[in-house]
Amino acid sequence: MTPPSAGHDSSPWRVLRERLPPLSLMGPFIALILACIFFSLQSDRFLSGQNFSLILQQVMVVGVVAIGQTFVILTGGIDLACGMVMALSSIVATKFAVDIGIDPYAAMACGLFVAVLFGCLNGVLVTVIRLPPFIVTLGTLNIAFAIMQIYSHSQTVSDLPDALVFLGNTFHIGETAVTYGTVLMVFLYIIAWLVLRETAAGKHIYAVGNNAEAARLMGISTRNVLIGVYTLAGLLYGIAGLLIVARTGAGDPNAGQTDNLDSITAVVLGGTSLFGGRGVILGTLIGALIVGVFRNGLALMGVSSVYEILITGILVILAVSTDRLSKRGA
Amino acid sequence: MRLGNHLRISLSISAFYGLALGMWTICDSATAYADAPVVGLITKTETNPFFVKMKEGAAKEAKEKGAKLMSAAGKFDGDNAAQVTAIENMVTAGAKAILITPSDTKAIVPAIKKARDAGVMVIALDTPTDPQEATDALFATDNFKAGVLIGQYAKAAMAGKPAKIATMDLAPGITVGKLRHDGFLQGFGVKEGDPSIVCSQDTQGDQAKGQTAMENCLQKAPDINVVYTINEPAAAGAYQALKAAGKQKGVLIVSVDGGCVGVKNVKAGIIAATSQQYPLKMASMGVDAGVEFAKSGKKASGYTDTGVTLISDKAQSGVESKDTKFGTDNCWGK
Repeated sequence: MTPPSAGHDSSPWRVLRERLPPLSLMGPFIALILACIFFSLQSDRFLSGQNFSLILQQVMVVGVVAIGQTFVILTGGIDLACGMVMALSSIVATKFAVDIGIDPYAAMACGLFVAVLFGCLNGVLVTVIRLPPFIVTLGTLNIAFAIMQIYSHSQTVSDLPDALVFLGNTFHIGETAVTYGTVLMVFLYIIAWLVLRETAAGKHIYAVGNNAEAARLMGISTRNVLIGVYTLAGLLYGIAGLLIVARTGAGDPNAGQTDNLDSITAVVLGGTSLFGGRGVILGTLIGALIVGVFRNGLALMGVSSVYEILITGILVILAVSTDRLSKRGA
Repeated sequence: MRLGNHLRISLSISAFYGLALGMWTICDSATAYADAPVVGLITKTETNPFFVKMKEGAAKEAKEKGAKLMSAAGKFDGDNAAQVTAIENMVTAGAKAILITPSDTKAIVPAIKKARDAGVMVIALDTPTDPQEATDALFATDNFKAGVLIGQYAKAAMAGKPAKIATMDLAPGITVGKLRHDGFLQGFGVKEGDPSIVCSQDTQGDQAKGQTAMENCLQKAPDINVVYTINEPAAAGAYQALKAAGKQKGVLIVSVDGGCVGVKNVKAGIIAATSQQYPLKMASMGVDAGVEFAKSGKKASGYTDTGVTLISDKAQSGVESKDTKFGTDNCWGK
């Protein structure tokens, strides 16, 4: 490989390249489109508004968790506790509403509060005691899991008040029933995109992820940025907790066990670098959708669900290789 | 150079997708059954031989009846979200009937309700939902009876000797585990909380966890002589712990399942007796009911006992059992 030289080409290719979104985003997008075309050819039930609404509904929980995960990964961290914090928050919200019988909206707020608390705890441990995020969140993963099992006695909470499952209700656009939760997910993505793109806080997150020391020398408080990011991520896991309650109609103490890896998968498929500092939040949504489209499409074709796992594995390797190679080429 | 790399990467990615999707088109046989009734099977996991056998039974029966079988499973036991997703996808795919072994007996209920509201018949296999009426029908082993059989066997085998019982249970809140446990106690003729029950531990039906649980029980009560186990992997784990402590001779292990490995362990004397159940039968009956519903609109209903047989090579008087030859002929797994 030849070393890069400045200003070595001004061909139309270069102009085209600069106009297009980065390869890390285009790759997953092309993959998503190809997958959709393929499944449309394979099953006449795939290409319908109702089915796309269903896919969105199936990815909304992991999709919202993955927003938080993207923020954390952009700072060069990782959050293994996300799924458990989400599940704990959902158990708190449902048990407070059903067993204690407080107002469902207050119960939801309590669930969100617990999640924010865990996020803040992660942030403090990462910055103040300077522990690696992997270890910190491995610890809080187990703590959240244990608290949830102890508090719920490993029992599912059912017979929920309507307010708790409201986000799982639907409204109609034409023939298509759309879940309120999916609208919330899309809304959260747009907010996150604007925050990362347009605000100083967003630029600081990228800066800390690119080079924490340089960011500090520039006068950015890395500590505040990191605590803020982990706390915000906690809030998002709490919202995901409300979504999973709404989606399944129950407080499930077995929930969230694979959401940490599933959300990291979405982030990586979406082209965000696991080394921090590079990535686009909308890629994460595409990453989550790729997994959802394969799961749904293969199911419609009658292919066993293990193949979805196989394909996800291959895609992850492909995505990371692309990231690696494009970085080396730069 | 960077541009070259980008191009090369894009090309290789496109080539890969082309290849992968092309392979799929060739492999795909889904379109062959365009008009066949679709029956869905959702198991707890893909890996447990019990569910593998169930899937085999369903696939065979579907082929014979000219139905198309769709299958899905959770990533782990208790993976409710994956089962909800599978139900939704099967309803969208036009399944007439869905057969499901619920991972979470309560949490799955709202999703099942939605499917039934959409006109799909839902039958629970092996594990009832909570409440049981959430599905149209239940095809399952009588788990209480399975427990009673091994309880009676253990009682007869002890022949009046004072018992020190350890129970290797499933997990809190899972009906199957509670039914077998309670059945065993009734068969043995003791009540919950009886002083002869010296240790009760959850194993999740897992061999390694069963071993750890038994080790801890032996620490607590070294003179355990009867071990009830929720299933045969837990029994194998308990045996490992007893063997390591040099106590495998004087201890009676009883279990439930009738898997081929379990029956082999009965033959080898590791497990004294096991209650054999029939997943293949559950699945084939389920597919039959699904095809019947698709053809005539007649729904299956209520509970159907798919049978349970006590397997042991040391028959006890007053307790009916079959030998391991019968067990091997009818076992599931390898």
